[in-house]
Amino acid sequence: MGVGIEVRGLNAYYGKLLALKSIDMTVAPNQVTAVIGPSGCGKSTFVRCLNRMHETIPEARAEGTVIVGDMNVYDNDPVEVRRRIGMVFQKPNPFPTMSIYGNVAAGLKLNGFRNRKLIDELVERSLKLAALWDEVKDELHKKSGASLSGGQQQRLCIARSLAVEPDILLMDEPASALDPISTSKIEELIFQLKQHYTVVIVTHNMQQAARVAEFTGFFLMGSLIEYEKTEKIFTTPSDKRTEDYITGRFG
Amino acid sequence: MTRSRFQQGLDDLKERLLRMGGLAEQAIERSVEAYTTRDAKYCQMVLTRESEINQSEREIDELALDLLAMQQPMAIDLRFILAVVKINADLERVGDQAVNITQRVLDLISEPQVELPVDIPRMAASVSAMVQRALESFLDGKAEVAEAVLQMDNVVDRMKDEAFVVLVQRMINEPHTTRAALNVLLIARNLERIADHATNIAEDVIFWVRGADVRHGGAHYPA
Repeated sequence: MGVGIEVRGLNAYYGKLLALKSIDMTVAPNQVTAVIGPSGCGKSTFVRCLNRMHETIPEARAEGTVIVGDMNVYDNDPVEVRRRIGMVFQKPNPFPTMSIYGNVAAGLKLNGFRNRKLIDELVERSLKLAALWDEVKDELHKKSGASLSGGQQQRLCIARSLAVEPDILLMDEPASALDPISTSKIEELIFQLKQHYTVVIVTHNMQQAARVAEFTGFFLMGSLIEYEKTEKIFTTPSDKRTEDYITGRFG
Repeated sequence: MTRSRFQQGLDDLKERLLRMGGLAEQAIERSVEAYTTRDAKYCQMVLTRESEINQSEREIDELALDLLAMQQPMAIDLRFILAVVKINADLERVGDQAVNITQRVLDLISEPQVELPVDIPRMAASVSAMVQRALESFLDGKAEVAEAVLQMDNVVDRMKDEAFVVLVQRMINEPHTTRAALNVLLIARNLERIADHATNIAEDVIFWVRGADVRHGGAHYPA
């Protein structure tokens, strides 16, 4: 089951540049939360702080508190944090030389899984959860991950993230490189995934946020301007800056 | 379509709706003029121009649908287009009510004139003022003007109730006036319906501007 996220006083820096300014946010468990805002507003930085990916960039650092379930993210081993908080990126990035099976099993093997039967089960479960199993089950070992279509590759990457049984799934513009049919499959998948996981999705596509998310946060220049139920944000936002952004009057 | 073209589309929608509002206001005015003067030429004017109102309704709906489909508007723009679609339907019904009034007037003037204790022009002035102010609130996006319209509806309702009482009494006491009294009663009811449409328009303006649903006597904001 998914767990909630508590973010308190989160600041993120690139060198001396303050990219996120004292963010407080409570993400509900087993819900989809969208993060929207213009380019450079800090939305990707924000999600990358949730699983300590931000600090992998030279000179980048974060301070503040992020609690996921019972885990204080910044007091824990980053490897363990990233196992519990999976991430899917804008461009599908399967391991090109590995088979479909190998791609999904990779994270498991890195995490010390050796039992072949258990790995088989987890690969099948993950591919089913990612709504890809039926399309690839006969070619698991024959086909490479890179031979799949863009939409299938993205679902493969989702399956790879799910294999290690995370609590949270972060998605950074997961459908922005996909055609409308693949996008709609990913959105349908996100809807299904929230039964098991808490999902935080960064998107430039406001209609997508409106379609998939229960809650939406609007970021601007490193600050969280408004965080509300999605229908409120898209019909009657409280802040003029949110309204100007979502109606396309700036940004 | 870029955003500036989208803004142009919204402006176009507003202008067309206001033009349609002008046609509806004119229809009310002429139907009441027909009643006051007992001159069928005013009735004819209303009947002739009704098709223009209907045509406007279709065009406004079409433009609104295009903007919804092509622009996926959000927040205040979405509320605006939704309000326009509803106001559009109300204005078309106002046009229909004006036609109904002229039909009653045509029947009235086919018979000798009967003096009845109901001041239709006064009631019509209140109703026209409501429509005018509702459209003004739409033009300027002023919710406080729209709120004033909501208050005016009670006055018109009372006038219609009073007309009902005196006209029924007249029909009982002087049965030969029944036909005329019934026509005037129906006109009073048509006017009261127009006031209801003006109220709807005002409620839609408040929804557009404030995002609050004030229909049926409540102020409901999305959770």
